[in-house]
Amino acid sequence: MEQLSPIEFPVGKGSNTSIHKAGMRWGEFVIKIWLQVCALISLVTTAAVVVLLLVESVKFFKVVSPLEFFFGTRWVPLLEPSSFGVLPLLWGTMLITIGAAVIALPMGLACAIYLSEYASDKIRAWVKPTLELLAGIPTIVYGYFALTFVTPLLKTFIPNIQVFNALSGAIVVGIMILPMIATLSDNALRAVPISLRQAAYALGATSYEVTTKVVVPAGLSGVMASYLLAISRAIGETMAVTIASGQTPNLSLSMLESIQTMTAYIVQISLGDTPAGSVGYQTLFAVATMLFLITLVLNIISQWILSRFREVYD
Amino acid sequence: MAFISEQEYQNLQHRHRKARVFQRCCAAVTWASVFLLAVLLYQVCADGLGWLDWQFFNSFPSRFPDRAGLKSALVGTLWMIALVAVFSIPVGISSALYLEEFAGKGKFAKFVELNIANLSGVPSIVYGILGLAIFVRYFALERSLISGALTMSLLILPTIIIAGREAIRGVPMSIRYAALSLGATRWQTTWAHVLPASFPGIMTGVILALSRAIGETAPLILIGAMTFVAFLPQGPMDSFTALPIQIYNWVSRPQPEFHELAAAGIIVLLVVLLLMNATAIYIRSRTERRLK
Repeated sequence: MEQLSPIEFPVGKGSNTSIHKAGMRWGEFVIKIWLQVCALISLVTTAAVVVLLLVESVKFFKVVSPLEFFFGTRWVPLLEPSSFGVLPLLWGTMLITIGAAVIALPMGLACAIYLSEYASDKIRAWVKPTLELLAGIPTIVYGYFALTFVTPLLKTFIPNIQVFNALSGAIVVGIMILPMIATLSDNALRAVPISLRQAAYALGATSYEVTTKVVVPAGLSGVMASYLLAISRAIGETMAVTIASGQTPNLSLSMLESIQTMTAYIVQISLGDTPAGSVGYQTLFAVATMLFLITLVLNIISQWILSRFREVYD
Repeated sequence: MAFISEQEYQNLQHRHRKARVFQRCCAAVTWASVFLLAVLLYQVCADGLGWLDWQFFNSFPSRFPDRAGLKSALVGTLWMIALVAVFSIPVGISSALYLEEFAGKGKFAKFVELNIANLSGVPSIVYGILGLAIFVRYFALERSLISGALTMSLLILPTIIIAGREAIRGVPMSIRYAALSLGATRWQTTWAHVLPASFPGIMTGVILALSRAIGETAPLILIGAMTFVAFLPQGPMDSFTALPIQIYNWVSRPQPEFHELAAAGIIVLLVVLLLMNATAIYIRSRTERRLK
């Protein structure tokens, strides 16, 4: 957008023109301050999150050594003897995220390719809103879907699967982030100019070759950014995994067992009656800090990729 | 004389076969995703439709599935959304106006922009923790409607601001120049021309953001919306429950009857969301027509 330059009126300080008589200046000043304060709220929010998590984590690490927290393999914060190794929670989150990514990254890209390269305008016009609808469904619904549909379905194939298991959580989180990847990547692929495709077709390439060797590489920064955003969303996802995957901190490799993610742990603590100020309560903030940092780093990398590697065509 | 050898012809056929298979795979994956949505909706409806009756809407939660209802949850959600709208709409639009019309392109504006982009990626549960520490404990608002509404407002503010800025950016510069050249001040231009021209776009973003707030569960669990509320909130300081909380409560019970109640609750939640989305789409289509 073009920038408005400050408006200068050709009037001196003492002059008594209609502009001064209008008396709008004070009102404008107040309004401008109000708007500025509103814009500052977002900065204050960020500052509040950072300060809060920092202060409470410092309190936590005064009681529990960081060594135990980051490298311990047992997470038993509320029972004696307590143990504060965060690795099982981190592993639970990773299990869900990897599972969801395995499902959603290739499928999401395939959807995006179909929508941008193959689908007719008519099909596109209703498939894309449908996918957006899928993206707008609250996560609690996915949790319900996992518990009452996906897990029973899995049980018919894998009889020894537990009621709460990482697999069905990963599947529904995958379904959940798929539309996000599909729509964002579709936008990225459609931004690739048609002339590139035409050039490739003119050289005799098939649609497969045009897509995989020209269009996707050209739109790769957008696709990668959508991947990172989706993964960050999977890491922060709460209700679906809480309902589907259980409350058992677990370092197991098996996806058929109950696990606990960082987010599910936070829900568990806040539903329980852990007294405020106790070490058990402080764990809430330590775990939230990890969650916040991981998602923040992913989001920043995704923005960096977008700004650094975006191919700009005329 | 053939233009290409037999081997080249085979090769070409192979490449085109590969392209066809690839196209079909992509199409199959896309239709599978749409099919999943259908399965999800069917599953929810099959489980829950039977429970949707007047009694379900007009009863408080209960230990007995056939007496349980979501009256308090529905009223709680309506209260909360009304409060969230009151807090987040003026602040969100004001921020967007400031960033687009007044802040310029300096370092400060860049910084705020970056900050908002990052805020929109923060997991909702972290907002819940913020709400718990700031509103529930520090400001001692307790586990009230107002705590929940303030937390949700912070959660959806980035969405409103980003959508608002996009809408404001869509207003042609010529409109601003025209107003300014007639002697209007910056604010008069913004208030009388930029804001009305971008209002439909802003409202679309606001409605989508509000519908996100309706479906969010985790922050409300954190700030401690109660699961068993057998009364209707009378004011913003009352404790409350909301639709997603009630659904979570029913889902987490082992009895299958409660799962069906949860499905019924989900139907109500989805219908509310669908109505809001339809409104947003309607507003969008109307403005598209007007601009033509």
